[in-house]
Amino acid sequence: MHEDKLIKMANPYLIQAATIMEKIQEADDIYTYRLRLNNEDARRNFRFTAGQFNMVYLFGVGEVAISIVSDPDKPEHLDHTIRSVGRVTSAIAQLQAGEALGIRGPFGQGWPLDVARGQEIIIATGGLGCAPVVGAIEYVFRRRRHYGSVKIIHGVKTPRDLLFHGRFEAWSTQPDTEVLLASDRPDKTWRYHIGVVTELFERVSIDPAKTVVFMCGPEIMMRLGVPILMRRGIPATAIYVSLERHMECGIGLCGHCQMGPYFLCKDGPVMRYDRVEPWLGRTGV
Amino acid sequence: MAVAGKIDVLSRSDLQRFFDILGSKGYRIVGPSVRDGSVMWETIQFVSDLPSGWRDHQEPGRYRLEQTGSRDIFGVVHGPQSLKPFAFAPREPLLQIERCKEGFTARPTLPQQRKVAVIGARACDLAGLAIQDQVFLQSEYHDPYYATRREGLFIIAVNCTRALQTCFCASMDTGPRAKNGFDLVLTEVDDQLLVEAGSEAGADLLSDLALSPASQKVISEAAACVDACAQSQIRRVDRTGLPQALYDAHEHPRWDDVAARCLACANCTMVCPTCFCHKVEEIPDLSRQNAEHARLWDSCFTQEHGYIHGKNLRPTITDRYRMWMTHKFASWIDQFGTSGCVGCGRCITWCPVGIDLTEELSSLLASSSRSHA
Repeated sequence: MHEDKLIKMANPYLIQAATIMEKIQEADDIYTYRLRLNNEDARRNFRFTAGQFNMVYLFGVGEVAISIVSDPDKPEHLDHTIRSVGRVTSAIAQLQAGEALGIRGPFGQGWPLDVARGQEIIIATGGLGCAPVVGAIEYVFRRRRHYGSVKIIHGVKTPRDLLFHGRFEAWSTQPDTEVLLASDRPDKTWRYHIGVVTELFERVSIDPAKTVVFMCGPEIMMRLGVPILMRRGIPATAIYVSLERHMECGIGLCGHCQMGPYFLCKDGPVMRYDRVEPWLGRTGV
Repeated sequence: MAVAGKIDVLSRSDLQRFFDILGSKGYRIVGPSVRDGSVMWETIQFVSDLPSGWRDHQEPGRYRLEQTGSRDIFGVVHGPQSLKPFAFAPREPLLQIERCKEGFTARPTLPQQRKVAVIGARACDLAGLAIQDQVFLQSEYHDPYYATRREGLFIIAVNCTRALQTCFCASMDTGPRAKNGFDLVLTEVDDQLLVEAGSEAGADLLSDLALSPASQKVISEAAACVDACAQSQIRRVDRTGLPQALYDAHEHPRWDDVAARCLACANCTMVCPTCFCHKVEEIPDLSRQNAEHARLWDSCFTQEHGYIHGKNLRPTITDRYRMWMTHKFASWIDQFGTSGCVGCGRCITWCPVGIDLTEELSSLLASSSRSHA
């Protein structure tokens, strides 16, 4: 958007080398990489907000946009949870702890944790969409008394797709916090809701006048889920969604991540719902 | 220093002297040159290198050069290239990356700053460059590669006195008179060149030539020729209701109609003075010790442009043509406060099937206002 902004003069294309400190398997094809920037100055100066992303680089292969999963209060290590789906992510999956990746970032607009202060928060995610909200949840629990009740709603296809199982367990023990999980193809071990995640949007208790929603997951979940929340009285201006598009630069120049008038890499990935509502679900946008 | 707004006469021998001065100040001079049935920007040294007597004829899907035998130096309006490649290089190496014990080190490979004087840029080209400046230099991030190339540019514009069939700059308010964004501007009228400075650097160079002022009569005649050029344009774009009117036309059947003709060849985006989409490539050498990280022009007409993990958001040509045109005439306004189209008409000429975006746009807007009223 064309309002006046401070122009950042440093070379935005420069990639910093980082070392994989730990590689944690989360699911069959999903790993979390705990990265530490090699350069001490770069490490000390790195600050991010929950919901922002990095361009993660592999030598000889290229870059891919990945949200930062870890806690923004601990920027000395940066967790990225990556599913191998494409050329770059499949090559990254071959790496082991001790090997090198690169980082360029952080980029984009994160979750509006300031707007949510004093409010009740609903965190609604599906599939790997639970990754970009982890940092926000940790941030809120570290400042628990500044926020109202927290409801974490998460849907997966099968129980095998449930990442961060331990974290969901731990979050459910936090004061004034509810964790609601759904699987539409459960097995015998599943002791949570059976069905699609949006069914939980109907059931969760809501005080619509003082609730802020953070949503991340497949766009179909947003298109079906947001109208339910709005019908229950939450205004579109209190709903934030994290959106995904192809990104090559992260700085609003390469043109790939456009959604209507927005460059999701710099205007997003977190967008207030009323701003993107006209574009979600439009073919070819 | 020359007085601002002062218009002088520049003879051919003065122009050659001017080229010599530019050369002595370290400029590479670039001008239009006839090549492969078109004109391209080439390094030149002499006035005689310019395409004297040549004229271009442009129509949807057609470009022809004709030798008229006249003494006009700037009879060719333009070729496929705008000013875009001078600052936004078609392929720009960004980083040289070398493996080392700790992983790798990345070193920016900024282009060497070179002084380039371009002669023959048109008002539409200047408008395109101003838009690219806004994209690369005035967004949140400053692009140092673009900036380095841009700083070395010295631009000698030419006011248009002849409109092509494909021109519609008058309706986009970008031409045919060059208003700003140049160092010098020329107007060719009756075998004479008039010259005016548009920057301090331009005025300084002119003062070295000690030219004589043009008569009021010839100045008026030149102005009338440029006005007549605007009047003679047969294509125009009506921007009423933009951007919303085009957003509202998202489901218009015309998109399928144009997609049935469009080959998705990406020519329109390659010749467009404002299109800035690019992709990044990583080219390791055979030793796998070094890699070059470079960006290159991309197009929203390609399969890959809308790709995201396993699916393509814009699988059809309908989607891609709509993406392109909606960006040019609608979302560009929301993003940058201006239209993304400057009315140069290149996308019409260089479209192999002669799709005319002014015609497509007017069809989309005319009936969309009825059906979406």
